[in-house]
Amino acid sequence: MISGGRLMAMIIKEFVQVRRDRLTFSMMVGIPLMQLVLFGFAINSDPKHLPTAVVDADHGPFGRALVAAMQASAYFAVTGEVDSEAEADRLLVEDRVQFVVNIPPDFSRRVARGERPALLVEADATDPAAMSGALGTLSLLAETALDHDLGGPLASLKASPPPFELRLHRRYNQEASTQFNIVPGLMGVVLTMTMVIMTSLAVTRERERGTMENLLVMPLRPIEVMLGKIVPYVVMGYVQVAVILAAARLVFGVPIVGSVWLLSLGSALFIAANLAVGFTFSTVAKNQLQAMQMSFFYFLPSILLSGFMFPFRGMPRWAQLLGEALPLTHYLRVVRGIMLKGDGVADIAVEAAAMAAILVVVSVIAMLRYRETLD
Amino acid sequence: MTPGAAIEVEGLTKSFAGRVVVDRLSLAVPSGRIMGFLGPNGSGKTTTLRMLCGLLTPDSGRGTCLGLDILTEAQRIKRQVGYMTQRFSLYEDLSIVENLDFIGRVFGLAERRRKVSQALDRLGLTARRRQLAGELSGGWKQRLALAACILHEPRLLLLDEPTAGVDPKARRDFWAQIHGLAADGMTVLVSTHYMDEAERCHLIAYIAYGRLLAKGPVAQVIAEAGLSTFTITAAADKVAELADRLTGLPGVDLVAPFGSALHVGGGDREQLLASLAPYRDNPALVWREDSATLEDAFIHLMGKSSDNFSNGPVS
Repeated sequence: MISGGRLMAMIIKEFVQVRRDRLTFSMMVGIPLMQLVLFGFAINSDPKHLPTAVVDADHGPFGRALVAAMQASAYFAVTGEVDSEAEADRLLVEDRVQFVVNIPPDFSRRVARGERPALLVEADATDPAAMSGALGTLSLLAETALDHDLGGPLASLKASPPPFELRLHRRYNQEASTQFNIVPGLMGVVLTMTMVIMTSLAVTRERERGTMENLLVMPLRPIEVMLGKIVPYVVMGYVQVAVILAAARLVFGVPIVGSVWLLSLGSALFIAANLAVGFTFSTVAKNQLQAMQMSFFYFLPSILLSGFMFPFRGMPRWAQLLGEALPLTHYLRVVRGIMLKGDGVADIAVEAAAMAAILVVVSVIAMLRYRETLD
Repeated sequence: MTPGAAIEVEGLTKSFAGRVVVDRLSLAVPSGRIMGFLGPNGSGKTTTLRMLCGLLTPDSGRGTCLGLDILTEAQRIKRQVGYMTQRFSLYEDLSIVENLDFIGRVFGLAERRRKVSQALDRLGLTARRRQLAGELSGGWKQRLALAACILHEPRLLLLDEPTAGVDPKARRDFWAQIHGLAADGMTVLVSTHYMDEAERCHLIAYIAYGRLLAKGPVAQVIAEAGLSTFTITAAADKVAELADRLTGLPGVDLVAPFGSALHVGGGDREQLLASLAPYRDNPALVWREDSATLEDAFIHLMGKSSDNFSNGPVS
């Protein structure tokens, strides 16, 4: 039988304990609210204002009208006209634009003649979900964009089919396969999860089991403790990378266009940054439960704000800035860049530098937090 | 520095959150001696030991450990001191030999394997070397902890209640080890609550509420307390009643029942005798004057010192 008195005793004790653990208490009360606000406003699965480059070899009125219509749809933000396709290509590779609109020479004249010329739109399709809204709008636009300019004698061209043929070229992921985007991204997510959790428990466990006192009384330097705790997990991180890469290639058929060696180099940096984050948590958390909670608290924005689940470009500016502070954001760009686009050293340099910067800052914090005494 | 002092500290003070835990403590431990460090729970013994080995930084005071400054040379002190923590602080998920190997590597011991097997032999752990530390009983854990802190051949051992919760046989073996180590020239400062252990030390230091109250050889500490004590034997059912009556009388500083006997004593012999006089002629009571024990001396010292922890003690 359940005794009300005994049950109450248990419940009261449990409440007192939860209240005493400040971190847990605030995690349970404050965090959901914060996350609601943060993610509620930040996440947008239908991103607008996607950066678009225009290669206008026509310089005619219809090309310009189309670009203006795209701009007006709010899905496209024309960031500039470039002179050559090679330059436009570079912008796509470097992730600076999502779309390139190629207006061929004589486009306006051929539209006027009713020849239905082809117009090529190239899209960076590494994240197919991110551009579905934009592409839907684009095909609608094709039918109506020029209506205003086709007045007078050209009015007959207004009727469907549209006055030009829209050709869409999905770069890097021709079949718009979601797996091409998710599987490489998963590598970053899995590494974040395991690396941060494992190291966040590292120092906390020593403290909780009382072995910290013995560790401190020995002539060990903080950097030796930190590196000693991290290196084994770097090895484990590499095992994970190898397993996921093999599965990506063999099971999901994701191409690996770029260099595997470059990918492992980038992964090393990412693994190190995550381990440093975990180690820092470890110096803050009072027990293993708190360490787990902190890891989870870190994991959530890593998934939601990094561009793994929702398009990075869809987020408001402030959320993008938050995302830039997370190693996963940069690693996703490196992995997807190398695997799908064949990025080289120069293409990933900026992202690698960002991860290195995060690594240094977090390591310094960890070193400052780690105490050589019990004071 | 006093010649031959392994530890010499002056005015050590440490507070936690505004509470003074160790208060202007001065202490000298001669080389090659075993000093017992005694005091009630929360008297600052652990804090003092931690300050000596560099785990805590004193708020004020100065001193040397093995001739090295405790404020500036903690790293060098750590290499030459073996500190055995109150709570078992080795890895329970490592075997005995793995724990010792780890410590040997951290200290960068030359001939690590030989030294580990020596330590195993010395403490009789060789047969159990592959057992996980977590599976060992209290006595074996304590041996392992001792093996771990003498592995790097320290010149000074700081032992924090090493025999708490260990059976009498294991305690006796442990003390035999300690005396063996001291004979080899090691200085030992060991905190304990057991009076019989205190009496095994060359010297004792007694602290309460962060202050050093007495120090010296056991006999000297007892003599300096200046206690007169009596053992009164009575019928078993009368002892409690008698204890109640005697407690609080002027000059009666301590009253302790031992089975059917009552142990009473006080610092002022005249007053004590005056207070006990009305009971001396009672034919049901058998009186015997005896000599004060170390425990009597400590309880007396404790009663005399003022409690500066209104919020309860910390360890």
